[in-house]
Amino acid sequence: MKALAPTSEAELAEMVASASEPLRIQGGGTRPIGVPVNGQPLTTSGLSGVNLYEPGALTLVVQAGTPVAEVRKTLAAEGQRLAFEPMDHRGLLGTTGEPTIGGVFAANVSGPRRIQAGAARDFLLGVRFVDGQGQVTRNGGRVMKNVTGYDLVKLMAGSYGTLGVLTELALKVLPASHHTATITLSGLDDSTAVTALSRALGSPFEITGAAHRQTGDGPQTCLRIEGFEKSVAYRAGQLRTLLADLGTAEIETDPDANATLWQDIRDVACFHDGPGDIWRLSVKPSDAPGITAQIDGAEALYDWGGGLVWLRVPQDTGADTIRTAVNATGGHATLIRGNRAGGVFQPLSPPVAALQDGLRARFDPRGILNPGLMGRAA
Amino acid sequence: MDMPKPNPTILARKSQLLDRLASFLPPEALIHDPAETRAYECDGLTAYKCPPLAVVLPASTAEVSETLKICNDMGVPVVPRGAGTSLAGGALPTEDSVIIGVARMSEVLETDYDNRFIRVQTGRTNLSVTGAVEEDGFFYAPDPSSQLACAISGNIAMNSGGAHCLKYGVTTNNLMGVTMVLMDGTVTEIGGAHLDAEGLDLLGLICGSEGQLGIVTEATLRILHKPEGARPVLIGYDSSEVAGQCVSDIIKAGVLPVAIEFMDRPCIRATEAFAGAGYPDCEALLIVEVEGSDAEIDEQLETIMDIARKHDPVELRQSSSDDESKRIWLGRKSAFGAMGKINDYMCLDGTIPVNELPYVLKRIGEMSKEYGLDVANVFHAGDGNMHPLILFDANKEGDLELCEELGAEILKLCVEVGGCLTGEHGVGIEKRDLMLHQYDPPDLEIQMAVKDVFDPKWLLNPAKVFPLASSDTRRIAAE
Ligand SMILES: Cc1cc2nc3c(=O)[nH]c(=O)nc-3n(C[C@H](O)[C@H](O)[C@H](O)COP(=O)(O)OP(=O)(O)OC[C@H]3O[C@@H](n4cnc5c(N)ncnc54)[C@H](O)[C@@H]3O)c2cc1C
Ligand SMILES: Cc1cc2nc3c(=O)[nH]c(=O)nc-3n(C[C@H](O)[C@H](O)[C@H](O)COP(=O)(O)OP(=O)(O)OC[C@H]3O[C@@H](n4cnc5c(N)ncnc54)[C@H](O)[C@@H]3O)c2cc1C
Repeated sequence: MKALAPTSEAELAEMVASASEPLRIQGGGTRPIGVPVNGQPLTTSGLSGVNLYEPGALTLVVQAGTPVAEVRKTLAAEGQRLAFEPMDHRGLLGTTGEPTIGGVFAANVSGPRRIQAGAARDFLLGVRFVDGQGQVTRNGGRVMKNVTGYDLVKLMAGSYGTLGVLTELALKVLPASHHTATITLSGLDDSTAVTALSRALGSPFEITGAAHRQTGDGPQTCLRIEGFEKSVAYRAGQLRTLLADLGTAEIETDPDANATLWQDIRDVACFHDGPGDIWRLSVKPSDAPGITAQIDGAEALYDWGGGLVWLRVPQDTGADTIRTAVNATGGHATLIRGNRAGGVFQPLSPPVAALQDGLRARFDPRGILNPGLMGRAA
Repeated sequence: MDMPKPNPTILARKSQLLDRLASFLPPEALIHDPAETRAYECDGLTAYKCPPLAVVLPASTAEVSETLKICNDMGVPVVPRGAGTSLAGGALPTEDSVIIGVARMSEVLETDYDNRFIRVQTGRTNLSVTGAVEEDGFFYAPDPSSQLACAISGNIAMNSGGAHCLKYGVTTNNLMGVTMVLMDGTVTEIGGAHLDAEGLDLLGLICGSEGQLGIVTEATLRILHKPEGARPVLIGYDSSEVAGQCVSDIIKAGVLPVAIEFMDRPCIRATEAFAGAGYPDCEALLIVEVEGSDAEIDEQLETIMDIARKHDPVELRQSSSDDESKRIWLGRKSAFGAMGKINDYMCLDGTIPVNELPYVLKRIGEMSKEYGLDVANVFHAGDGNMHPLILFDANKEGDLELCEELGAEILKLCVEVGGCLTGEHGVGIEKRDLMLHQYDPPDLEIQMAVKDVFDPKWLLNPAKVFPLASSDTRRIAAE
């Protein structure tokens, strides 16, 4: 089916208003997560470009279909960045295409820096979107502080195109850091690693990345610090001392080595090749090793100090196995790659599910925006 | 200020309502004597007052749920209340409403340093959350100036922020989960001790919804380790334009101060007379604070001072001791008190894009002359959240009305330059009727549709946030 490709917000609104069948909303199509939508594809690729950029005010207003790469380039030219470090899913999901900034916010995609800087949703200041009736709506603005009315900006972030099609986003951006260092401890088991990460995150040394991963050389527990040169050196030294009883830390300060290391963690590079289902768990960090240990054949990458667990499990591991392990502690699990029969997103408690259904029915009364995507597979 | 007429049916059924409430609430949790309900007839916006039908002070989520079930059943409006420090009239009751106050629910339920969160009942005050973890080196970051008094419940409802939010964000950026009771009494758990809750971001929606979607009884909050130290620098300029440029240059340089505060001449003069902090008499004064170890602070302040010097300051004073830091902050911290000493004032709360600062200050100066009312400015410059203080005489006929008119003009100006009506105090009843200056009818319509889902009968915190004319049909249909 040929995709609808509006080139303006007005055209998009008209297309949605006159649609008589479900629509499959797409940015770059690089994150086919959720239950596939049987519907007419609608791509935002024609809504592209930077509308306003004020580096001194740390704000950027951009159209939803703008490639993430273009946003990054624009910011880099002023020494700024998307501090929430959105992940690129292409390696993990084997997709091609161009990730869009609308897709990033629609899926609330945040990388390692989330523990310190916040998630994608924390950087979204304002939105324009077209709801399921074809009505253009606006919420938030382009200033950092805004409590005028209900915060639909947060609601739209992570709604996977089920409440509206985003057309324009106002973002808070931050200066890129001058220097980076990674402190690495080798050979820790999962549980000791999470202890080390927690201790570091509970220190005043402003960690901007805290991950534990398996490598050809064995397990590595990595802590990232960023900032001005002297400050980075000072904090690296302090952290080494703080963790001395757990091993001798290596300190990496080379910019390229650091960039590669954290990009690999962000994009879950360790699971790109090879078979197996991929799950993404959000849990209390101290619960993470116990959950992994309960699942036969699970390999784990821990990010966010252990709070974000990427699991690779054997192909026939059922969703029930994963959810039973997670449910015992609180938190949630999303299937990112694999058989969707057991459901992709975490089932919600009945009152929360009722609120969610109620909201979807209000924003999209005809049920045409990505219907079924956030629900269970049929 | 228009408020909807009280519903006579509800007033007539008052004793029946009280009987039902008294059937399960202990006597100390139910207040209906007019002499005692008087304490609840307004919040921090004292210009508007109205006694409620009754006040319920539950001790548990279960009691909140039971109370709501009864009110929902009898069609009685409910006004949630924390400490009552709202400056927007967010907790103003109506004659036919029941206030549910969470002040008695102030326990710490769980502290977890490994996972860096604290779970509290929401009647706990903001400052005492930090108080509970301080000895172990931790703190709760959002710090509204009212933090000694205001409750976490009100902070969540208003999405409150403070001087340090430039670095640490506001309530919504530090809230991980809530227990919330819906109007029909259903108890919901949203989010928890993990980051990024499942499903739609209901937590983000609830935060800042001004008590209109549910009553929040428990909250899981992120806590952080305290920085090793902090130090401010005071910078004076003879032009607010230049000061604005300096702020922008500091931000662009990649230093992320924890606070950048701005005061103008009228404000500096008033605070000097009041607190004698030793501020220079100049057009614009900045206080920039950075955090870290001594060496880190030195490094950051060096960068900031270099930038400041390029703009030719009339004063540049780096603190070299705790004592000096206190003095630098003294004037800023006593600014509101100082203004109150010389006059009655109305405190506005608009937000503007930082680069519009010079223009907006200039326009406010002009408008102040037109209206014949003095305006002093003190605000969080790093994020453009302005608090113009309009001075007036409450005893002078017509002065309050004039002051309100000027206030509305200034807020409209904020919206015109790309900002918004409120940065931290909320809409409440105060800015309710200005909402259509920031949003078009469809923008409000979809917000009201959200309320339909959580509170189909429109009983929770009536007549706030939305202009009465916009919400009329819904409120009437629900009756
Ligand atoms: C289901 C899913 C789960 C993901 N999980 C994670 C994760 O756990 N962690 C992580 O870091 N990254 C995750 N991602 C990656 C993230 O989605 C990508 O970085 C980004 O979405 C790619 O942009 P895109 O334009 O290719 O998106 P697409 O693949 O085209 O779209 C992604 C989702 O957003 C919707 N969407 C796209 N554009 C719009 C728009 N303008 N308005 C409304 N809705 C829109 C789509 O309908 C789809 O549901 C996930 C992505 C998906 C789809
Ligand atoms: C001197 C002074 C300085 C201030 N400084 C700041 C500042 O720096 N930053 C800032 O953001 N604000 C500031 N404020 C405003 C005010 O303190 C905040 O809005 C605060 O969050 C209100 O908290 P409260 O507990 O007093 O709430 P209340 O005034 O009791 O209520 C405020 C709102 O919250 C709702 N609410 C209360 N409890 C609940 C609940 N359990 N569930 C659902 N909704 C509920 C109410 O219905 C109302 O809409 C200041 C106020 C004063 C008086």
